[in-house]
Amino acid sequence: MSTTSPSLMRADRSRSLLVRRQLSDRLATGFGWVAMAVVVWMLASILWTLLRNGLPGLSVHLFTRSMAPPGQDGGLANAIVGDILQTGLGVLLGAPAGLLTGIFLAEYGANSKLARMVRFVSDMLLSAPSILIGLFIYMIMVAPFGHFSGFSGGVALAILAMPIVVRTTEDMLRLVPVSMREAGIALGAPKWRVILFICLRAVRAGVMTGVLLAVARVAGETAPLLFTSLGNSEWSLDMSRPMASLPVAIYQYAGSAYQDWMQQAWSGALLVTFGVLIINIVVRVGTRGGRT
Amino acid sequence: MNTGVQATGGTQASPNGSQESTQAEARFGGTVSPVQASATPLTEQDEHLARPAAMEVRGLNFYYGTSHALHDISIRFPERSVTGMIGPSGCGKSTLLRVLNRMYDLYPGQRATGEVLFDNQNILAPGVNLNVLRSRVGMVFQKPTPFPMSIYDNIAFGIRLHERVSRSEMDGRVEDSLRRVALWPEVQDRLNSSATALSGGQQQRLCIARTIAVRPEVILLDEPTSALDPVSTARIEELLDELKGEFTIAIVTHNMQQAARCADQVAFFYMGRLVEVDSTPRMFTAPREKQTQDYITGRFG
Repeated sequence: MSTTSPSLMRADRSRSLLVRRQLSDRLATGFGWVAMAVVVWMLASILWTLLRNGLPGLSVHLFTRSMAPPGQDGGLANAIVGDILQTGLGVLLGAPAGLLTGIFLAEYGANSKLARMVRFVSDMLLSAPSILIGLFIYMIMVAPFGHFSGFSGGVALAILAMPIVVRTTEDMLRLVPVSMREAGIALGAPKWRVILFICLRAVRAGVMTGVLLAVARVAGETAPLLFTSLGNSEWSLDMSRPMASLPVAIYQYAGSAYQDWMQQAWSGALLVTFGVLIINIVVRVGTRGGRT
Repeated sequence: MNTGVQATGGTQASPNGSQESTQAEARFGGTVSPVQASATPLTEQDEHLARPAAMEVRGLNFYYGTSHALHDISIRFPERSVTGMIGPSGCGKSTLLRVLNRMYDLYPGQRATGEVLFDNQNILAPGVNLNVLRSRVGMVFQKPTPFPMSIYDNIAFGIRLHERVSRSEMDGRVEDSLRRVALWPEVQDRLNSSATALSGGQQQRLCIARTIAVRPEVILLDEPTSALDPVSTARIEELLDELKGEFTIAIVTHNMQQAARCADQVAFFYMGRLVEVDSTPRMFTAPREKQTQDYITGRFG
């Protein structure tokens, strides 16, 4: 082979070293491709399973009727609305709190003792089992009032959403070059204006992605809602009362013995997954323009 | 017409014996060199340098934590003149620049002692409103730093910080600032597009426009052309020439020719000390200090 193909090898260089490097290069690249293929295959397989099992159950009734006993052709309308309300409340509470905490950590706290403590607690929350969050909210918001409520569900989701927003906001703000901050300060801008109107603007795509990740994460949470909003088979927009949500409905239906409930559980899962997927795509497309 | 005015100005000012000219004459008395002897005592630069100081540094010491970065610096920045600051990396010239608008305040552990007089006040004193100070002492950085917003908003941002102006007045101010830096013809059709899409040279001119839009009295430039190509550099230098009629300018540069072309006076820094400061022609033809001569002739380590 080496006799036919032109070789640029010089006599004083090691051929075996070259061959070994080329080999390890190909090996690493090949391993990367395999790993990628496995992950993509898993994702595709989940989506495929959801589509195959969920699509047949998609009907107008699913969106227009509330949950009903087996055999009565119910829907998931109340669970869909409950999910939107509770996730909305969770993000409305969690995202601003997370944003402000992230700003504090990146811009004000830096390496102070307080900042290190806050960062540690936030990272703990990030990995805390979500059922513990549910229990915690049960103790402070459900037990004292004597009843489950959509509010407490929203608050539980907020606690789950917050550390995600904290982490992404801090990481993103740290990417803003010092020169950008100094340029703002040099014009006579107070620090808060530089942070809000220059730094956050510079990384708004990243921060929005963080908020979206948080939405995606909490929209599919079941455990924290079991102890807080409990679930509700009737149509209700009253957040001070027990409230239905898709994950809890799926949990309840999927474990049942009724064919139509199981079908609706698949369709519900399909809705949650594609809802999150669509939000992600919309934000990606929406923030792409602002970055150039 | 210009030369006529300068000539009469020169002959009048010479016997006047203003502070600058007496200093200059004292120097001439010390060293006798044919260059100095033949040079008329008052050049255009000397005339500029005779103006009252817009800023004056007296006995400034600066510390990064425990490291002593500037030693007993005293220097005048005469109004509407250009002061070039040269010296090897780490000599303290940028540090001095960052004292003049108290940029160092952002970083704990950095501190300055001594006096920096601006508008009859010591800006190093506690209680100075830094936002106001920085609106009067603007700064342009080495790397162009356009804000992540439209070209229009980049200029309007600074104005809005300090003034309430109507929409039409703002439009006028934005246009005026962009015209001053000769950027207007290039961007007038895309004021609402993102400033980060501009070329490096355009970005730097935008940053200068942003700074002058706030109408400061002093403009500090920290190696403003070192990240630019020669064409953009030439345009910035032309720009400086126009701006110095209105603003007091202090420019840090590694480019000796740039200092020679732009500055009225040049200050040479070495290892945290101000070795020498003098009018540009004297600095480049007959520096008093050996260190200065070695540096400007490129014989420095």
